[in-house]
This record gives sequence, structure tokens and C-alpha cells, in this order.
Amino acid sequence: MNNDKILELKKIATDIRLGAVEAVYSGKSGHPGGALSASDILACLYFSELRIDPKKPRDPKRDRFVLSKGHSCPALYAAMALRGYFDIKELKNFRHLGSLTQGHPDMKTMKGIDMSAGSLGQGFSTACGMALAAKLNGDDYRTYAMIGDGESQEGQIWEATMFAAHYKLDNLCLIVDNNGLQIDGPVKDVMNVMPYPSKFRAFGWNVISIDGHNIEEILNAFEEAKTVKGKPTVIVAKTVKGKGVSFMENQAGWHGKAPNEVQYNQAKAELEKYKSEL
Amino acid sequence: MADKIATREAYGNALAEFGAKYNDIVVLDADLAEATKTCIFKKKFPERFFDCGIAENNMFGVAAGLAASGKIPFASTFAMFAAGRSFDQVRNSIGYPHLNVKICATHGGVSVGEDGATHQCCEDMALMRTIPGMVVMNPSDAIEARCAVEAAINYDGPVYVRFGRLPVSVINDNEDYKFEIGKGVKLFDGTDVTIIANGLMVEQALIAREMLREDGISASVVNMHTIKPIDKELIIAEAQQTGAIVTTEEHNIIGGLGGAVAEVVSEVCPVPVVRHGVPDQFGKSGAGKDLLEHFGLNAKGIVEKVKIALNLKKMR
Repeated sequence: MNNDKILELKKIATDIRLGAVEAVYSGKSGHPGGALSASDILACLYFSELRIDPKKPRDPKRDRFVLSKGHSCPALYAAMALRGYFDIKELKNFRHLGSLTQGHPDMKTMKGIDMSAGSLGQGFSTACGMALAAKLNGDDYRTYAMIGDGESQEGQIWEATMFAAHYKLDNLCLIVDNNGLQIDGPVKDVMNVMPYPSKFRAFGWNVISIDGHNIEEILNAFEEAKTVKGKPTVIVAKTVKGKGVSFMENQAGWHGKAPNEVQYNQAKAELEKYKSEL
Repeated sequence: MADKIATREAYGNALAEFGAKYNDIVVLDADLAEATKTCIFKKKFPERFFDCGIAENNMFGVAAGLAASGKIPFASTFAMFAAGRSFDQVRNSIGYPHLNVKICATHGGVSVGEDGATHQCCEDMALMRTIPGMVVMNPSDAIEARCAVEAAINYDGPVYVRFGRLPVSVINDNEDYKFEIGKGVKLFDGTDVTIIANGLMVEQALIAREMLREDGISASVVNMHTIKPIDKELIIAEAQQTGAIVTTEEHNIIGGLGGAVAEVVSEVCPVPVVRHGVPDQFGKSGAGKDLLEHFGLNAKGIVEKVKIALNLKKMR
């Protein structure tokens, strides 16, 4: 693996984290925890894996990405802004009336969002529809979807899991942002849905387990997923909720809370320091 | 009058017919293809038919993804599961992004019959009507059902259509019949009262009109196949012309056609509006036609409501 590329993606992931924290701070509400856990994967998707062109957000041949855990959109917006979909200043308007950056992703408001999502459990099914459409049309684009831990408690997630395997959607790649925490506490205490690998395997999926903060492992998993035919692939990415901001890491309380000014400045300083030392 | 045919049968036939013309049509079902009649399409175009199993919520999400990728998905199950179980999916994955999904629900109303209350959806029109941008239709016979399918294909956006289980008479077999989304069809002109009906109650409204004529009462009859967008112009014109309205539908009297008509009338030209439909109760098991009688969903029931409306009109 090219070390320069890994370093570059690490920097981008940190910029995504900075953008996500800024958005939630500016919006005075939002979900920093799951945004920070997903940032490395989003960096790899938007700056390496996805075949996309910000100038052609509706290109029928583009790869699709559905953030089924829509509340993590501060990181998605930061990734998209950095990739050139819209002015990064828009992050400051997160959750404000009239802004492009709605509280949960809205494909009508923002070009480049492939599906509106937010009501948990639903985005994954829509990604199945996109992958099925590619099969019907003979298109070679791939569809990616990211779900969360708590989200996996929704029955619809397992309906879609059945569907994707039944129709052999090998052009679909699901990512589980396995940060182990949800609003009310640890997933294993609230309603244990883990372990994921054996569950997905039992449904007929190809399973790749990785460290969701290791750029090399993320990129390799995407590559491997493309080689698997006849069944969909799920990447179970072990992550840390709040990753990169010391006081947010592994704290369920930072699932859906905005930092105050002091906390924001500390978070920013920590992330900038990390980036400068890369 | 031709033989009776269920609107669900006409739906299945229309899918097979238009499936040949429109290659982008894809049909999804949730283990009810024999009942919803999507099996007719499945037989003709198996490569464009996908059974989603008994997993309606995923089905509507898959439909949304197909629509977002340029397909014209028709997703079918019983009205109870489409509008009821999957309300959140229909609202958030289809309605909010205004995707081109055609939700074609069969087995609406109490005429479902023997399966009983759990399967007799009398709330679907009310639920679907509250979703911004959703077109909501309830055709009255096989001809109109086919027209509704064609109109849905040619409309870019989410559509909910309710079809029935029971065979019903063909009533729209006249040459000048024209179907347009959001435009009510005036079947008869009258001076004393206007009966606004949809679904299988349109035929009963026509019979009621004859009964009223024998009593010297002149009734307008309107077939309001689309309840969203509702034909405000026609409702207002009728309110002004006859000064009394009776709505009739195979749906809870709360929130459906009666509600939609009353909203327009009360805001623009208040005249008495009496709602005829399923009283605010659950259904029960029985033969479909017996249940319609049980709930008074017949011409006699409409005539009774007309008498009430005329009394209210007199008291004004």
C-alpha cells in the first residue's frame, strides 16, 4: 500500500472530524459521536473508493453511497464539502433554517446525497434497490451503505440483509460502524445485537472484519469486497465512538450533544495537533 | 352492464399491459402476488418481478432505491400493510424525497371480508393523504383502475392507489369517460343535493340517485377517484349549486374522502356535509358483501344520509 496515500487519507479524515465538530458546534445540536467514529471510512469512500464526480452528482453511472445512520451526517457533509460538492462554509449553517445541511441527509436539498435518510433502518433497504437497479440495467456502478450499531436493532435491517443475499447483490457493500454505543448506553446492555460477523454469515453474506480507523485495512476491505461474486459483502468496522476527541471517546453521552465553546476549542486543538504530527 | 370484475384484477392486467410498453416498470410484492394480482405481471415479465417476502418495510425501501435509480417501481401488498405497517417507510423513504414509487395497495376496506378486522384497512386514505406530495386515488371500477395505473406511470412522483378485493360492476364504460389525476368525474347533474363517492361506493351512489328521484329529490353524483389532490373547484361548484353534500366511501368516516371534502367546503363555502362510510369502528369477519350491508355501505345508507343533509339544509 502507498504510504503517501495513507498519510493523505489520515489528514483528510482529520479534516472531516474538524468539519463535523464545527458543524455540530455551529448548529448547537447534532450527533458528534457517530460522526467521528465514521470519519476514516468516509475519507476512504469519498477520496479513494467511490467513482464519483462532484460536478456530475446525478450521473446515472456513479457509485452510490447511502448513510443509513443519517444522524452521522456532520461527517458526511464535511467529506462532501472537502471533495468539492459544496462550499465548506455551509458547515457553519448546519441545522439552521434554510440551510443546505439539514439535520439528517436530504437528497432534495443537497445534490450529491444519494438518499434521504434518518429514520433508522431505512437507508440500507434503499441501497438494496439501487444495487438491484444496477443489475437490471447492466450498469457496473457499486452501491455502498453505512449502518450503525443501534440501528441494527431495527428489524428492517435484517429484512434488507435477507433481501440482498437472496438476490445475490454482489455489487452492494455494507459497512457497519461498530462503535458499540448508542444513546442509552453500550449496545450490549441496551439490546445486544452483536456479534455481527456470525449473523451476517448465517444470512449468506461475505464478511470482512476490520479496524475502522485503520486506513489500510479499510481500503483493502473495499478491494476484497469487489472480488467477491454471488453474494453481498459487509465490512464490520470496529470503531471508537467520538474518535479523535479525547473527552468524547467511548462516551455514549456524546451521541447527540453539541460541545460548548470551551469544549469545541479543545476538540479543535486536539484534532489540529494530531494532524500536525502526522 | 358488463360482468363484474375486481379492481385488483384490473390492476394486475394493467401492469402486464403497460409493462410491455414501459421497460422501466419493476414490480415488487410481499408474498401476496396471487392476491394482489401482480402475479399476472410476474408471469409475463418474471425478470422484472421481485418478491420481497413478508417484509414490507424493506420492500418500500427497495422501491425507493429503484426509483432513485430511474426505475418505475410498483410495490404491492394489502392496504393494511402498505399504509399501516409501512407508514414510516412510505413517508420518509418515498414521500420526503418525492420518489417515483407507485404504492398499489389491494384489499382496502371492509369488503376484504372473511379475514376480519386485522386485514380490513379503513384508514389508508387518511394516512396517505397527510404525506406532502402524495397522490391518493381509489378507483371505482376496472376501467378506472386501468386508467389510474396509466396515469400513475405518467406522473413523476409518489402515488398511492387503493384497489378492492370484491368484483364490482363496470360503470365507466361510456365513450366520453376521461380520467385525469385530481379531477372528479361528474356523473349526474342535480339540484337538491350532491353525492360525492369513490371506490365501490360510486355504484351505490348511482343507485341511491335513482331511489331519491322516485322521492322527488334531484341529486348530483360525483365520482371523486382522487382524494389528493382533491378537486376543489368541482366541490365548490357543487356546494354552490345544491347547497348540501353527502360523501360516501368504504373507509373510516374520519380523514378520508369525507374529511377531504369537508375541509374544502368548510373553508370556502360552508354548506352541510354529511359523511357516509365505515363508522369509527373496526371491521369483523364475514362475507364481503354481508359486511358492506352490516355497515350500511349501500344505496339505502346513502339515501338516509341524504335525508339528514336535506334537513340540515332546510334549517339554515
